[in-house]
Amino acid sequence: MDRFLFLTLDGLSRGAVYAAFALALVLIWRAGRIVNFAQGAMAVAAAYVAYSVTAATGSYWLGFGAALLAGLLLGAVVDVAVMRLVDHRSPLNPVIVALGLVLLIQAVLGMVYGNEYLPARAPFSRTALTVGGTAVLSPYDLFVFATVGVVGAALVWIFTRTAIGLRMRAAAFAPEVSRLLGVNVGGMLTLGWALASGVGALAAMLVIPTGLGLHPYAMDLVFVSAFTAAVLGGLDSPPGAVVGGLGVGLLLSYVSGYAGGDLIPLAVLALLLTVLLLRPGGLFAPVTARRV
Amino acid sequence: MSATRAAASVRAAAVDPARRGRSLPTVVRHLVVAAGVALLVLMVSYQLDSFRNFQLATVAAYLCATAGLTVLTGLCGQLSLGHGALMATGAYTLALVQNAFAERGLTAGGLLVVSLVVAALATVVVGAVVGVAAARLRGPYLAGLTLAVAVVVPALTVTFDGVFNGEQGLAVPVAPAPAGLGSYFPHERWQLWVATVATLLCLVLLANLVRSRYGRSFRAVRDDEVAARLAGIHVARTQVVAFVISAGSAGLGGALLAVLAQSVSPGAFGLTLSLFLLMAVVIGGLGRLAGAAWGAFLLVALPDLTHSLTNLFTLSPAAAQRLEGNLPLAIFGSTLIAVMIAAPGGVQGLLSRLVRALRARWPAGRS
Amino acid sequence: MRSTTRRGLVIATTLTLLLTSTACGSDDGPGSGAPVPGVTDTEIVVGTHMPLTGPASAGYSKIAPATKAYFDYVNANGGVHGRKITYKVMDDGYNPATTQQVVRQLVLQDKVFAILNGLGTPTHTGVLDFLHTNRVPDLFVASGSRSWDQPDRYPNTFGFNPDYTVEGKILANHVKTTMPGRTVCFLGQDDDFGRDALAGVETVLGADGVAARQTYVTSNTNVAPQIGAFKAAGCEVVILATVPGFTALSVGTAARLDFRPQWVVSNVGADLPTLSRQLGEAAALLEGLIGLNYLPMQGDSDDPWIQLFTKVNAEHNGGAEFDGNTVYGMAVGYLFVQVLQAAGKDLTRESLVEAVGRGGYQGPGVAPLRFSATDHSGYGGGRLSRVEGGEQRYFGPTYETDESDGPVNEYTAPPVAPPANGVPSA
Repeated sequence: MDRFLFLTLDGLSRGAVYAAFALALVLIWRAGRIVNFAQGAMAVAAAYVAYSVTAATGSYWLGFGAALLAGLLLGAVVDVAVMRLVDHRSPLNPVIVALGLVLLIQAVLGMVYGNEYLPARAPFSRTALTVGGTAVLSPYDLFVFATVGVVGAALVWIFTRTAIGLRMRAAAFAPEVSRLLGVNVGGMLTLGWALASGVGALAAMLVIPTGLGLHPYAMDLVFVSAFTAAVLGGLDSPPGAVVGGLGVGLLLSYVSGYAGGDLIPLAVLALLLTVLLLRPGGLFAPVTARRV
Repeated sequence: MSATRAAASVRAAAVDPARRGRSLPTVVRHLVVAAGVALLVLMVSYQLDSFRNFQLATVAAYLCATAGLTVLTGLCGQLSLGHGALMATGAYTLALVQNAFAERGLTAGGLLVVSLVVAALATVVVGAVVGVAAARLRGPYLAGLTLAVAVVVPALTVTFDGVFNGEQGLAVPVAPAPAGLGSYFPHERWQLWVATVATLLCLVLLANLVRSRYGRSFRAVRDDEVAARLAGIHVARTQVVAFVISAGSAGLGGALLAVLAQSVSPGAFGLTLSLFLLMAVVIGGLGRLAGAAWGAFLLVALPDLTHSLTNLFTLSPAAAQRLEGNLPLAIFGSTLIAVMIAAPGGVQGLLSRLVRALRARWPAGRS
Repeated sequence: MRSTTRRGLVIATTLTLLLTSTACGSDDGPGSGAPVPGVTDTEIVVGTHMPLTGPASAGYSKIAPATKAYFDYVNANGGVHGRKITYKVMDDGYNPATTQQVVRQLVLQDKVFAILNGLGTPTHTGVLDFLHTNRVPDLFVASGSRSWDQPDRYPNTFGFNPDYTVEGKILANHVKTTMPGRTVCFLGQDDDFGRDALAGVETVLGADGVAARQTYVTSNTNVAPQIGAFKAAGCEVVILATVPGFTALSVGTAARLDFRPQWVVSNVGADLPTLSRQLGEAAALLEGLIGLNYLPMQGDSDDPWIQLFTKVNAEHNGGAEFDGNTVYGMAVGYLFVQVLQAAGKDLTRESLVEAVGRGGYQGPGVAPLRFSATDHSGYGGGRLSRVEGGEQRYFGPTYETDESDGPVNEYTAPPVAPPANGVPSA
């Protein structure tokens, strides 16, 4: 029972980060119907900015802020300088450009910082607090839960309660009509990229201290898990991303705790198959009328 | 709008037999072209050194996979991030069959044909299973599922390491070139011949398929599923057929890679391979077999080119530590982005545009 | 349509004619006086494949530059028998498919004399047959797999690292003799590295001597479930067959679960500078960690070999950060130069392989190199080290053993000092 509780909590704290990263993917999907395969590399780039700032100033939180800012900026730059120029009529073209960006960003990071692991600091202790002899969550885990919760809530608030959120949704779902109504559709798309990339950077800041360390390829595996999470939940649904992320985190933890790490991919595939065969648009897919 | 397009492609099917009667049957035409290419490769194989022969053979192996992916993604509109895994299926099947032959003392070179066929068939079975699941899914959901497949297959070789020997993989015993070719006949030239023959056969089959009723249903499904359904096409069945055919070619490609490398290991068939295959077909020009050929070529040539390019610079040891390896990757990535922005239709799209422009200038030149 | 076919036929006929004219006159075998590939009077070209990029490149990407730096140092001192060594390093990103391409490029196009220190079990396994058919010397493979020691099947292939089983036996022997009665557990990578090491551990401790066994896959960077299981099993000693990244991860994860066993780590994952760099502020957790090594300890500035390598690193390697990988790369370079010297002035592939097989090489290594006509494995043992006061130092005797169930013995041959100019002589 202790073991089960331990694996559950460990899985949830992992899953929270996957959820944050999946949220970033959902944001861009909703804004521009693009699965951003470069999300991981962009987030790592932001984390390297944090590393440099923290190394220069000694302050973790200055680095943390710098990473978020760098994430926002990088998202906007990628949209304006690269994605805007891509022919979106074939949905695969942006995917290939994103893959090109991955190679480019990782190579540039490797040139600037080297391909070695750099230490990634956690702002709070990662030593688990014990309750009644059982190790439960660490202060850092609580920080992760709180941050992901705040970000999720903030996104919901932006999209449902603010004018800018309404415009972003309008620009994504009905660009032509929105343009006629005076919405700056291009600007909204750039804003979507910036927001998504900012959330991605945040996720990277949260997850990298729990992994092997800072490395140009540090987010590759997280990307795969988070993409799976987003697909599970439904790419249009922020709550879906959160549920998907937590679900994938739990699954990973249970499988490697009870069965063995090599079975993880098989378990992920089984989960995806089960969910997608029942709900081809993910768990939280909006109910759509049959098309024929 | 698209309903009319789909209807038009179905109508074209009805017209086709009449058109076919006026010229050589498509099969013969494709066979003649294939024979021409085979002769060209034969000649080229004597002109090039062993390493270039091996690279060309690798292009041929990749071409099976990219052509298969072109049929699936370009013609039928289904995305697959799992073709690397299908190649792995073919490669491992070939390895197991060849090893089984070797254990029984059967070393005749001709048995390779049997192994290649078995490898393609095994992949067809796997493709059918994935395809049935995939037919229900669209866009990123299909991408997600196939991505999971791409990760699972290499992982299975570790889980069942009794059969697949884990990360280290299996050796693939392959008979040397026939003694009749001379004792100093370069092995790489023989490899190129084998790979070319297999790939050309695969391409002829695919090219005929593209021009057949199936090819037209594929395009109709890609352009508009609803319209295709109205025109009497069973969409799900068509998509499964496309997946199965595509898987078969990918399996053959993987099997050929195993023959070339004389070994298989999971690391060679990771997610990266699947993503690179997708890059190849899009950069080559999505939707046409010629594009698949460009893609396969670039898959082999680009890393080599970027490496040679970086070798032009002499670097200080400190700079070399940072740039070696990274600089070629940066060039590779930038090239991808630049090509996609400058030529959204890929290399083949660019060429078609050039040809069209030339023809517009000299209309009389056309026969 | 018909014209296309006709044109195709014309082209095909032309090609056939051209072909018959080109087919003649190639494919001559090498004559008796054929030059040795990659060797001239002034140069020896050698190649390698290494992960310079990709997730597996951390640490390993520093090895080849170090080897190259040592060769540059030798070249600056007049080379070997008047020949300068050119080292071609190809990046394979630890992807066996890329290894296939780059090794063929080295052998078939760049015509290298030998492949030196190709890194990785899955990557290098794939090119063994190719190198064998082309009779290319395949020296000092950078991995502790047993595959390199098959003189009958691959007469030109030689290993460098101690066998993972040998490491496992020596580590377990230390645990058995100095920590009797403690609960011992094992975490290994889910491949031949982890499996062979566990086999070695169980040879010494017995199958029931290991209380809990866990494996990890490199594609999942969360080892909390495994470490949690160790804690639950009451492990007091944990033997790790892990790469550096996962050593650091295991130590860090255990600390946050408030689990502090005695860590005993195989050579691959025990380099202190690499581990501390990754752990950052948490590097103090490495205190007391026991590791295994067979080369001079990177932090031991009194060691003459370290002094030599530090000098070479400053002069020819741009003063790169000096760690176990640097020492490793230079030790490989030194051994290769020793072998070249032994092979003599009339250098051929056969004379080189014959020279390695003669054995008897002593260099920076503290453990014996086992090369002989029938043994192609590399170092046959190692010495234990402990982290104390933030420094990794050797303690106790050097041990040697075999990969089957032979005993673990002390190895008593005294270490040798490097030659005055740092270049081995003939």
